[in-house]
Amino acid sequence: MHEMSLAEGVLQLIEDAAHHQEFAKVTKVWLEIGQLSGVEIEAMKFCFDAVTRDSIADGARLEIITAPGTGWCLECSTTVSMTEVYGECPQCGGYQVQVTGGTEMRVKELEVV
Amino acid sequence: MCTTCGCGDGEVKIDGDDPSHGHEHVHADGTRHSHGHEHAGDHAHDHGSRYAPAHSHAPGLGARRMVQIEQDILAKNNAYAAENRQRLADRGIFTLNLVSSPGSGKTTLLVKTIELLKGRQRVAVIEGDQQTSQDAERIRATGAPAIQINTGKGCHLDAHMVGHAMGKLALADDSLLMIENVGNLVCPAAFDLGEAHKVVILSVTEGEDKPIKYPDMFRAATLMLMNKCDLLPHLTFSVPRAIEFARRVNPGIEVIEVSATTGQGMDAWLAWLEGGAAAARGQRQDSVSSLKHRVAELEAQLAARDV
Repeated sequence: MHEMSLAEGVLQLIEDAAHHQEFAKVTKVWLEIGQLSGVEIEAMKFCFDAVTRDSIADGARLEIITAPGTGWCLECSTTVSMTEVYGECPQCGGYQVQVTGGTEMRVKELEVV
Repeated sequence: MCTTCGCGDGEVKIDGDDPSHGHEHVHADGTRHSHGHEHAGDHAHDHGSRYAPAHSHAPGLGARRMVQIEQDILAKNNAYAAENRQRLADRGIFTLNLVSSPGSGKTTLLVKTIELLKGRQRVAVIEGDQQTSQDAERIRATGAPAIQINTGKGCHLDAHMVGHAMGKLALADDSLLMIENVGNLVCPAAFDLGEAHKVVILSVTEGEDKPIKYPDMFRAATLMLMNKCDLLPHLTFSVPRAIEFARRVNPGIEVIEVSATTGQGMDAWLAWLEGGAAAARGQRQDSVSSLKHRVAELEAQLAARDV
């Protein structure tokens, strides 16, 4: 998608937290990325390294927590697991599935010194 | 710079901004940098602390600890968007974020829409493009106020830019604000601008499978306008298949077939717009009358105490 903008957003959240919680260096960052969020993990890691250079998070390790994709099938009236946004219902094969989970893009926590 | 689409910071320009009116900051560690933005909008800026804490490699730093964040990566943009949405709601302005690939006919459709709404509904436009103010000029030629945002290398508008542009436009109460996003079916999907709805425009000269190739955008949109429908007799494009693909990624998406050139379907599109504008207007009037009611109550309370 647009991992560079997202990585900049991550750095902003880190800098805001540094400001309010008074830490000087970030050593690890946990991101929760949903399977259906459209984020390319490899591109995210690459962009994160690029935008954090010479910042408070320079050299920090990025840990990705993957959140599973889920949807609500209108035909089956039940929650089903999904691997693609436009994927079919694994039960009935229909496409009337509304995504209900797996679009997360969150900064969970930081390890700081 | 963005690896997928080349977006980057620092080159955003909004019509009327004079970069020479920048101001320079000197940070605690001696780093200087200057800003070239103008504060027409009335929201607060939070200048990050990129420079301040990074240089404290002093001995005796505390031990490692964990800090809970639990915040959405787009939180900052979403906060600006929420502020824009509130400002627009307070004034009964119905706002749409128009998204599509380049060349779908967004600007032509917009010009036609403004012409047809003349005398019925006031419209203002925010135009987003990487370079040039050609589109804003085309809109201004219709008599509607328009402002151009050039994103430079950026591939999408964000809520912060739009908030500034809103401050510069003479927006009328109960009007319609159309934001024409940068032609791109990928990145604008994730950036809320404070609009009531995203409207995706798919022209029939494109592939009918675009909704499943770029699912994020079609999932984010409330309405899909199928433009250039006058060309259908010359094409192999299947309207039912395009609708099927769009509903695969977004079962609830509404569809209107239009042609800005022949005017086909424009009635349905205008009715959709006027319905939304009436709802926004109604909400403002409700909140105004409830505020008036509260003021009257408070005044009565005050009068009772004021002997």
